[in-house]
Amino acid sequence: MDMQNLKKNPFSLQIDPAKFEKATDDEKRQQDVMAESTTFFKDGMRRLFHNPLAVMAMIILAILIVVMIVAPMVVPYSYEEIITVEGVRDKAATNLAPFEFSQREQAFMEKYNVSVFPHIMGTDELGRDYFIRVVYGARVSLIVGVFASLMVLLIGTLYGAVSGYAGGKTDMIMMRIVDILYSLPDILIVILLAVVFKQTLDFSNIPIIGKLGTNMVSMFLVFGLLYWVGMARIVRGEILTIKENEYILAAKSVGASPAHIVWSHIIPNCLSVIIIMTAQEIPAAIFTESYLSFIGLGVALPMPSLGSLANAARSGMQSYPWKLVFPAVAIILIVLSFNLIGDAMRDAFDPKLKK
Amino acid sequence: MGLNKSEVIKLFKYVVKRVFLAIITIFLICFITFFTMNAVPGGPFNSEKAKSEAVMQVLNERYGLDQPVPVQFVNYMKNIFHGDFGVSLTTGRDISDTIRTRFAVSAKLGGMAVIVALIFGIVLGATAALNRNKWPDRVIIFFVTLFTAMPSFVAASFLLMIFCIQLAIVPVWSIEDPSYVLPVIALSLSPMAHITRLTKTSMLDALGQDYIRTAKAKGVSMVKVIFVHALRNAMIPVITYVGPLIAAILTGSLVVENIFTIGGLGSQFVESITKRDYTMIMGVTIFLAVIMVTMNLLSDIVYKLVDPRIKLD
Repeated sequence: MDMQNLKKNPFSLQIDPAKFEKATDDEKRQQDVMAESTTFFKDGMRRLFHNPLAVMAMIILAILIVVMIVAPMVVPYSYEEIITVEGVRDKAATNLAPFEFSQREQAFMEKYNVSVFPHIMGTDELGRDYFIRVVYGARVSLIVGVFASLMVLLIGTLYGAVSGYAGGKTDMIMMRIVDILYSLPDILIVILLAVVFKQTLDFSNIPIIGKLGTNMVSMFLVFGLLYWVGMARIVRGEILTIKENEYILAAKSVGASPAHIVWSHIIPNCLSVIIIMTAQEIPAAIFTESYLSFIGLGVALPMPSLGSLANAARSGMQSYPWKLVFPAVAIILIVLSFNLIGDAMRDAFDPKLKK
Repeated sequence: MGLNKSEVIKLFKYVVKRVFLAIITIFLICFITFFTMNAVPGGPFNSEKAKSEAVMQVLNERYGLDQPVPVQFVNYMKNIFHGDFGVSLTTGRDISDTIRTRFAVSAKLGGMAVIVALIFGIVLGATAALNRNKWPDRVIIFFVTLFTAMPSFVAASFLLMIFCIQLAIVPVWSIEDPSYVLPVIALSLSPMAHITRLTKTSMLDALGQDYIRTAKAKGVSMVKVIFVHALRNAMIPVITYVGPLIAAILTGSLVVENIFTIGGLGSQFVESITKRDYTMIMGVTIFLAVIMVTMNLLSDIVYKLVDPRIKLD
């Protein structure tokens, strides 16, 4: 059929097809405005990395972690090593200011025309390099924080999942236990157990824990006993709502086992809440660790911790204020970064806040 | 308050349930503390000076330590109900007396810190919410973020270092001249930061509600809208924080008192830990735990009373 013949009346308002040209394939493709398909996790990560504060906190944390890993390799001192010059203990190398050298070190440098690695944060009252002690202290804090929150994650999620999925009487009893544990004053129980364990238990033979000391065992124990309740409550709450979804019914009707349903349907759906809670648990654990170390119930000597360094620095506060400032700033930086990342994660992954 | 009968019954049931749970919790704390205390090797009379068998026997009999541990526990509980926590292992003084005198100091310090934290937290939080995304909001949130990342012992040490030692404008604490300024600031900083955050979020939430728009549309003055309509409703979440707030201030005061050398219950506690004075640790733990549990209970009950929208479960 001829296109021209379609237009019968020249005054008609009917569209003249001749005036149009067919779209090319390329032009057609331009009309596809579909965004690339995204998952919940990808979407959350995108939002997380668009939050300037969170990115800044992540950069600070990354720098701190790199320093914690690299510093012990670069700095020629160890955290328990008292400074020696030519194999002799340098008794004057105590309480040096940052980047200051003791007289013997200066003499040594002039004599052999070599440079001694500087004491970036000075030295402590026994003549140990302070920088490396702060680095080790930060390591301890970070390790304790991460492991404690992982423990909370594991116990809390399992308990909450079982309680929420089982429902009924089991749920009732399990939640009453949580209620009671929730109202126990945590710091007092930590202190109590730390005091008692110090007397009764001996972990010095076990590799890593032995070095950290029995106090850390009691702290982990208390985290394992008490701190998971918050996580358990939230996971249970999530599961109670997820449980009502049709896909759970569908899974049940095809004969999926409860363990399978919990593991592959329910847990992935409350993953965002679990991630947020874990991120917020890390600074809480670091706080507790530094607090305990500060009152002398933390890691065993000579292993330093930021809390015990700050405590030791109190006696020389007038003359050597930097000894308090360095560990204190380290605690603040670590906790601040984790707080900011935790908040940003909550904003990025909490579907209820989506706008 | 206009509660009908079924609501009153529900509330009553809730209170009974919570009180029951609180009693179990407190009992559990006593139980844990007592049995962990007895798990520690050595008795209270194992001092440096060796005592003869006979003396030990007499002492143990006198203090009832020859009986099996569960019997001792029952006796200990009976004594606690009469306010008798036993005697200190290091000083030999009556623990309840020590707790009473020391707690008077701590309560004064803690009370001031609670008031300061509440007043400043609410004012700053409301200011931040009313100036959302303007400079006052940003400044307040900056400091709040900083203070939440600062443990109480760091804040206290810094304050002491800057104002007492480097600048020497505030005197160091002494019994004759008690200067509560710095310890109160140190104790209240982090709870204040929490209250500010809490008030800001709930105030923003309240300001976005329909009843605020209605009030504004009716021509209610801005002052009245803020104070009567918005702030009053924004206070509800803050009330729930009072329980944890008191717990936070009590735990904070354990180190803050120690740093400022204030002879309160907190420094007594830290002292007894370093001296391994077990009966004192137990006495103070139980005492503080009871306060914390009671405060949590009270703030939860008040919360339910204040906000009729909360479902009782």
